[in-house]
Amino acid sequence: MAGKVLTITSGKGGVGKTTVTANLGVALALHSQRVTVIDADIGLRNLDVMLGLENRIVYDLVDVVEGRCRLRQALVRDKRLQELFLLPAAQTRDKTAVSPQDMVQVCDDLRQSFDFLLIDSPAGIEQGFQNAVAPADGILIVTNPEVAAVRDADRIIGLLEAEEKGPAHLIINRLKPKLVERGDMLDTATVVELLAIQLIGIVPEDESVIAAANTGRPIAFDDGVTGRSFHDIARRLLGENIPFAPLKEPGFFDRLLRIVRPEGG
Amino acid sequence: MAEDPITVKGIRDGLLITLGEGPWEERLLRLAGRLQAGATFFQGGRAALDVGARELDGEQIERVRDLLARSGVELWALLSSCDATVIAAVRAGLVPDLELGLPAQQSAPTQEPPAPTGALVVERTLRSGQRLEHPGDVVIIGDVHAGAEVVAGRHVVVWGWLRGMVHAGAMGDDSAIVCALGLAPTQLRIAGHISRSPDEKQRDVVPEMARVRNGRIEAIPWQ
Repeated sequence: MAGKVLTITSGKGGVGKTTVTANLGVALALHSQRVTVIDADIGLRNLDVMLGLENRIVYDLVDVVEGRCRLRQALVRDKRLQELFLLPAAQTRDKTAVSPQDMVQVCDDLRQSFDFLLIDSPAGIEQGFQNAVAPADGILIVTNPEVAAVRDADRIIGLLEAEEKGPAHLIINRLKPKLVERGDMLDTATVVELLAIQLIGIVPEDESVIAAANTGRPIAFDDGVTGRSFHDIARRLLGENIPFAPLKEPGFFDRLLRIVRPEGG
Repeated sequence: MAEDPITVKGIRDGLLITLGEGPWEERLLRLAGRLQAGATFFQGGRAALDVGARELDGEQIERVRDLLARSGVELWALLSSCDATVIAAVRAGLVPDLELGLPAQQSAPTQEPPAPTGALVVERTLRSGQRLEHPGDVVIIGDVHAGAEVVAGRHVVVWGWLRGMVHAGAMGDDSAIVCALGLAPTQLRIAGHISRSPDEKQRDVVPEMARVRNGRIEAIPWQ
């Protein structure tokens, strides 16, 4: 069996790469997939914090690459999900501690025992990004519905095309339906038209994502519009055909309907 | 540490090459690399070289002139803020100031702008950060996204959206035109003229052609 390596990247910082990686990892694991999330942001690691696994780290990616431990020893099992593992980044080193070949080697080893490897790429287009995309079978581009983020995503897609990496799919993160309705935010159709790649997920802006990040419990564990949007992406990755759902919380009328037709949930 | 890149841009009288900061020998190597990488772009061109505050003697100037000549580029001006370099440049028969323009005896014998090369047809979309240089016409079947750059010696036709930057007639050809099915460039340059898109969005999109009229770039519906 050979697992699939997906790299989550964006170009611009702060658009939600780590949030997407953590939540997709959780969602895929909840769908009985064996998943390792890999933090490629050496020197600025965050993925462990978002998953609430920071205090369990013994070895990290750089220890593996420099031969101080075996790959299995560096994997941290999630405290809630048997099928989810984290390969943490080193915090006290920088991007040059790992080469693209190292990443390919690590992923080739892990591929044998996992269904999905999700690599959280650092922002930027320098070596950290090159490391993160080197082993990828597919790319998930995360962007926000704003011009600067879309511009950087476009740059990344161009670089990936030039290296013949792909296919690349698009995740639009932090969409605010109300702002779109008012015409104050780029809408989904415009972003997709500008970037001309296939959309695989839309995640609404949600304050509870911040709370979830601070408590180390990704929102994909909970049922809600945002949590579900990550499960939808996971199911699309597994080949299901899931239509893009409206992003609003159900209003009073919707809830009323649901009471009348309880099977509709 | 990031190295200072060598920049090349089109000006009225050919190209302006700026060497940037760095040791002289390293700069020459870098320039040679740049010339080689864009061999077809540079072939037959005319260039002014900005060397910054460097102090160069006649021999060093001859070397860089040779280097350019090997790639088919004629050096006509050498710009510097160092007096000794300026004097050496004038002794070598080079113009030390762009405002003076091409020396008359030089512009006369060289025929018209470099013989038009064939059109370059590109069947893909240019994304942000991608750059295309070609001495002749450029035809793009696809879009030019914001943040992408096209520099052509002659006309540019985009069969799609043009949202990036295009410089047509980059070696000084005022008669160059730019056509696009959707003309919404961040900036448009034709020879030495520059215009930018209106800041407010235009919604009615028709194919348009941009050209220079009375010293300004204007866009008219393209039929």
